[in-house]
Amino acid sequence: MVTFKDFRNNVKPNWCPGCGDFSVQAAIQRAAANLEIVPHELAVISGIGCSGRISGYINSYGLHGIHGRALPIAQGLKMANRNLKVIASGGDGDGFAIGMGHTIHSIRRNVDITYIVMDNQIYGLTKGQTSPRSAAGFITKSTPGGAIEPSLKPLEVAISAGATFVAQSFSTDLKELTAIIEAGMNHKGFSFINVFSPCVTYNKVNTYDWFKENITKLSSLEGYDSSNRAQAMATVMEHDGLVTGIIYQDKEAQSYQDLVKGYHEEPLNQQDMMIEENDLQELMKEFM
Amino acid sequence: MLHQLSWKVGGQQGEGIESTGEIFSTAMNRLGYHLYGYRHFSSRIKGGHTNNKINVRTSVVHTIPDDLDILVAFDQETIDVNYKELTSGGVILADAKFNPEKPEDCPATLYVVPFTEVAAELGTTLMKNMVAIGATAALLNLEDEVFQSVVDEIFGRKGETVVQKNMTAIAQGHVLMNDMLGDRVGAFELEQADGKHRMFMIGNEAIALGALAAGSRIMSAYPITPASEIMEYLIKKLPKFGGTVIQTEDEIAAATMAIGANYGGVRAFTASAGPGLSLMMEAIGLSGMTEQPLVIVDTQRGGPSTGLPTKQEQSDLMAMLYGTHGEIPKVVIAPSTGEEAFYDTIQAFNIAEELQLPVILLSDLQLSLGKQTVEPFDYSKIEIRRGKLELGELPEAEDKAYFKRFEVTEDGVSTRVVPGQKHGIHHVTGVEHDETGKPSEAAGNRKAQMDKRFRKLDHVNFNVPVFKNTPHEEADVLLVGFNSTKGVLEEIQPMLNEEGVKTNHAHIRLIHPFPTEEMKELIGHAKKVIVVENNATGQLANVIKMNISAHEKIISLVKYDGTPFLPKELLGRVKELLTDGNI
Repeated sequence: MVTFKDFRNNVKPNWCPGCGDFSVQAAIQRAAANLEIVPHELAVISGIGCSGRISGYINSYGLHGIHGRALPIAQGLKMANRNLKVIASGGDGDGFAIGMGHTIHSIRRNVDITYIVMDNQIYGLTKGQTSPRSAAGFITKSTPGGAIEPSLKPLEVAISAGATFVAQSFSTDLKELTAIIEAGMNHKGFSFINVFSPCVTYNKVNTYDWFKENITKLSSLEGYDSSNRAQAMATVMEHDGLVTGIIYQDKEAQSYQDLVKGYHEEPLNQQDMMIEENDLQELMKEFM
Repeated sequence: MLHQLSWKVGGQQGEGIESTGEIFSTAMNRLGYHLYGYRHFSSRIKGGHTNNKINVRTSVVHTIPDDLDILVAFDQETIDVNYKELTSGGVILADAKFNPEKPEDCPATLYVVPFTEVAAELGTTLMKNMVAIGATAALLNLEDEVFQSVVDEIFGRKGETVVQKNMTAIAQGHVLMNDMLGDRVGAFELEQADGKHRMFMIGNEAIALGALAAGSRIMSAYPITPASEIMEYLIKKLPKFGGTVIQTEDEIAAATMAIGANYGGVRAFTASAGPGLSLMMEAIGLSGMTEQPLVIVDTQRGGPSTGLPTKQEQSDLMAMLYGTHGEIPKVVIAPSTGEEAFYDTIQAFNIAEELQLPVILLSDLQLSLGKQTVEPFDYSKIEIRRGKLELGELPEAEDKAYFKRFEVTEDGVSTRVVPGQKHGIHHVTGVEHDETGKPSEAAGNRKAQMDKRFRKLDHVNFNVPVFKNTPHEEADVLLVGFNSTKGVLEEIQPMLNEEGVKTNHAHIRLIHPFPTEEMKELIGHAKKVIVVENNATGQLANVIKMNISAHEKIISLVKYDGTPFLPKELLGRVKELLTDGNI
């Protein structure tokens, strides 16, 4: 019997006390245990920033790569071993600034991995600069006169990019967050989960209290149908992105791996690598 | 009869110039001739002058000739751009359609042949290329049948009628040309070739086949000239082997995805050219720091920035050796022929896994796109070595103790396990880390891990780091190069010897770690060392100087106008250097 404790290692996170990332870490551990995944069959690939350290705080395989590139690394790993459970994770700077290109195209590609963004609307590790998620007018070290650019809308972007699973949660709601991560990991294809994970040190606007006041739970909306893409988009826009729950899911979609012609049904890393002599001869003949 | 012939076809890009060259050269290959073809093309889809020059020989050839015997021209520009290469005995076969004119100072004979008209009479002007092939056959005294198998392959799926019409076009071109040539029929007849079955391929195809033979099953890549043929070939072939090519959103994703797949235990790689390699630098550092194997092919082209995207250059060398911030162990390999490209690609994958580091397989445009005769690859020489990769059962660890994936060892290589293995859990990070992969900034650990990573470079198992053709114990001059210049150096070496200049030739195949001892020995037995390379700053010459103290002997000979070295041109420049009192 696997429990969340199996996913704890003895490393003490260097996050500030009260950081939202602690709950994300706990939710991943709980979701994996609930799904009866054993630690060595889970890999957490993370980016750079405070949140990027998460791969080092979970007792599983983990790779802490370069800023903004968690997604391609995670996809490469999944393609190498399709039996592995792969989570990519990072902050809003990682996923929506430097790594935005990968985020959009990972959504389009739909490789069967789960992407969890710890969204705190600020750059924490570099000590408080604006993020693509900071609201217009937000005052930071890099925007002393208030941010000019509007805040990026990750949910709208994800839905319009063709995401097959879009969800959002709030780090204090461990129960909902755990359930969403479980659903994401069970989803066939790319699951995109944005998590409001407040920065208690540098973001004095989007605080725990602020989120509590402003968030609407989709479960409280009567008749909300997460399989309806148009409704999902409309609801997100209506609430300025401040909703939590599974926003959209296409349960029928096939993942990238299912669609790649010839891709081995068994993990590629277990296949014989040596080419047959006949095959080489045939390949060479084409040039003769 | 001749033992060598140089043939060129030219016209507007997108007009079938490629296929004319293709049909001619494939037929000659099947007769057993050795070929070397080089395309001149522009970075645009249609229009612009393009030409394809093919060197045909009864013996091994790896170079473009200075001279030209036969020029097949589909427009006036082809004549104007290329006539200076023609020998006095040479001929121009020009399509009557454009009313060709021969420049006054052109010593060759112009034959105006109604290629388009004959083709039109047969039903479509598209077949003008086949008429030109027939005309060529008249000059070489070739039977039309030598083209039959090629025509069958190209047009077979369009039905027997199309095949027949194309063969008729060849026959008519042949007859027509015979009449025009009179007693010059067969003026360019070649000695019979040995009839052996060899391949005719571009370097990129040899690299792609090498990757396949090395067991690589994932390629992540972004299209770029002159690397795209590698991914295009594997897109067709990998599915049969359970693998796939993933076209990524950019080169950063290409490199990092390949790292992810290697981390998962699959041999994955990417290929690009200068601009892509610039984007991959941070990922290369990650591979070095986290000891994840990674093979990257860099097909060099004219830089910097977008530079000369369709032209030859060898100017990425220093960037490949030193480009990534911080210091990592890295291996740089530079094959020079189709055969070397195949075997060295396999070596690249083996070294990347044995030493758990990034390996850059350096190519250049001339090697990557130049089409050449390649001896069939020897299956028995294919070897897959994965070093300390441990995929079996691992000993049970203490509760939650991480596996020492980065254990400090004598040779610097640690046991490698992959995600999914029981008892193998460890962390991987680009942050400096301890033996289990946990971040550590402790000074002692930092030094131990740096030293460990760099020790790996003492254990590079590479077959033939330097190609040597050294007939002289004490040479007047040692010619040195890397990548595709091997052919031209091989060409001029005997010419220099004939003129009394004792010439040795060394071509460096393993550039990093530099084969210092071997090169020191060779340089020690030469009065002068001429380093021939396609860049402006003499990068290889500088690399040699960095490793060997023989500065007074080393002369840099560079060319960076986008065109490859030609034998007579290079011979002239070498002789000039030698008469300048250098020897």
